[in-house]
Amino acid sequence: MSIRERMSGNEAVAYAIKQINPDVMPAFPITPSTEIPQMVSTFIANGEIDTEFIPVESEHSSMSATMGASAAGARALTATSSCGLAYMWELLYVAASDRLPLVLALVNRALTGPININCDHSDSMSARDAGWIQIYAENNQEAYDNFIQSFRISEHPDVMLPFMACQDGFITSHAVENIELIETDKVKAFVGDYNPENYLLNAEMPMAVGPYATSPFYMETKMNQRLAMKNAKKVILDVAAEFEKISGRKYGFFEEYKLDDAEIAIVIMGSAAGTTKDAIDALRAKGIKAGLLKIRVFRPFPGEEIAEALKNVKAVAILDRAESFSACGGPVGSEVKAAMFDTGVNVKAVNYFYGIGGRDYTVESATSVFEDLMKIADGSMEPENFKYVGLRK
Amino acid sequence: MAFNFKEVMNKPERLAPGHRMCAGCGGTIVARTVLRALKPEDKAVIGNATGCMEVSTFMYPYTAWEDSYMHNAFENAGATLSGIETAYNALKKKGKVTENYKFITFGGDGGTYDIGFQSLSGAMERNHDMVYVCYDNGAYMNTGIQRSSATPMYADTTTTPVGSQSVGKMQNRKDLASIIASHDVPYVAQSTLLGTMKDLYEKAEKAIYTPGAAFLNVMAPCPRGWRYDTPDIMKICKLAVETCYWPLFEVVEGKWILNYEPKKKLPIEDFLRPQGRFAHLFKPGNEELLAQYQAEVDRRWEDLLFKCSR
Repeated sequence: MSIRERMSGNEAVAYAIKQINPDVMPAFPITPSTEIPQMVSTFIANGEIDTEFIPVESEHSSMSATMGASAAGARALTATSSCGLAYMWELLYVAASDRLPLVLALVNRALTGPININCDHSDSMSARDAGWIQIYAENNQEAYDNFIQSFRISEHPDVMLPFMACQDGFITSHAVENIELIETDKVKAFVGDYNPENYLLNAEMPMAVGPYATSPFYMETKMNQRLAMKNAKKVILDVAAEFEKISGRKYGFFEEYKLDDAEIAIVIMGSAAGTTKDAIDALRAKGIKAGLLKIRVFRPFPGEEIAEALKNVKAVAILDRAESFSACGGPVGSEVKAAMFDTGVNVKAVNYFYGIGGRDYTVESATSVFEDLMKIADGSMEPENFKYVGLRK
Repeated sequence: MAFNFKEVMNKPERLAPGHRMCAGCGGTIVARTVLRALKPEDKAVIGNATGCMEVSTFMYPYTAWEDSYMHNAFENAGATLSGIETAYNALKKKGKVTENYKFITFGGDGGTYDIGFQSLSGAMERNHDMVYVCYDNGAYMNTGIQRSSATPMYADTTTTPVGSQSVGKMQNRKDLASIIASHDVPYVAQSTLLGTMKDLYEKAEKAIYTPGAAFLNVMAPCPRGWRYDTPDIMKICKLAVETCYWPLFEVVEGKWILNYEPKKKLPIEDFLRPQGRFAHLFKPGNEELLAQYQAEVDRRWEDLLFKCSR
């Protein structure tokens, strides 16, 4: 029987870590992810798990030590947010090119400055080209479920890529919700034992990691990373299908909410999807055909699948919780629009920025976007390139 | 065990020939000597900060390292090795690794004194069972002889060039061995390349087989950056010791021990003169700079004698 509990998102991830009992966790505190290493340290202090915790002196070292541990043959992970992730930036690229299957619990927070501790996606979006798998959670349940699936995807021999398990700072990390936990023996059986093929501490076969690669070799490294990312698409779905068997919960690249017959749709990622669903329910009650596409997997980017799912709507709003300062749009907006262009899906699209630095995104916010979309759909309003939700006047 | 030169030299090489380090490179001699101090039956994982040694020994698809090896980045060799060492503890506890492993990392002074200083400090303070070996050639040699905090005063480097308004680097070198000793680690030593390499070999052996964190600061001349006649490397190292520019000492569990005191301390000019990077100090009118240099060497030497007398 699954376990019904009430937990914050950070507690849910810490609980998943406890159930997985990984080998090594280096970490450095940063709001709002700090609770995760605190809780893991407490599990260790109370003898509940035998993970080795390294209280490093910075996030730069937490990523470096996680990489060392992973290369050595251990199942290793860390947690961070915002500036912590930025401080790891160089190593994010190295971890991906070294093909280290490690997991980072990322609690999304605005990337300074001005300094701000609240949620947006500017931290992980800045790392979107580093070669990491990125999966986003809407709520605590998904934060837990995604984390349980993380090592299976990352460690798959066809993938071998680092994994960023993202959830929204404070909104899910600190809010307590009902959650359904899976029994520990089932989690352990699902995640399995980690026995890598090549690792530093293999006495039979030493290994060298992190070479200097000249131009005749470097490009193939990148090509292989791309192949691995492509392979991850299948593995993510396979692991999700297996996960459904032990949990009853279904996961894919994205979730479609009332999208089948929708005429107007919002594309969004993370906790704001829940708020958007409430707005959709209210609009549907008035007979307005609104729908949602909630992106779960951002890397690898399921571009074709997203475009296919959106092809029948009349107007779509893509909501970004991060700037990219291209002055043309945000990262999710750019990629969704590019995917539609590539697949010949010609839907009127507008890109919004919302929730930056923790700005509230309410049911009214979502409704106002849908109201714009209705006008765009009936031709009474031209779609702007990008707009803001909830900007101070 | 008494040092037996023949026996030591007959140990198998753990850094294979065929790497691309310069002829006469001090850093390579440091690495080979330190690795010889491993018991042949012990396995090792070698770490390496980005630098000459890394780009010259592990150029894809070839590696010169017989042991497992990991290069991560320039500034994180300490943290990377602490992760590897911790993984070893975790996997050994779980019975997944049964052999004995030792952990040694090499970094130049750039990766150690400067950009990797925080990572090193953290690893030392946490007292991981590892040895960090700095091959100190006193500048960023891999990028073309830029000054570091290990660069000695008045050295001519590409970022402290000697010119009509410049006499080279204006600051003294950072005393890193002393700083790491202040981390209260079980073993710190300073060494260089001397005679049979007995001093370095024995210190490496102690560092490797002392449980906990150990730090070796080894002066490793770079013929390119120092501009001396390449075959003179051993003479240069001896002069560094005989002038008390580079004293040999250990700090064992906080106790400072002087390993060598010259019978007759040579003037610092003897160490500086053969090196092109100090040639300007010997031009007429720069006598005062040499006197200042000597005063600084004397001050540091007296300070060391004081530490070792307690």
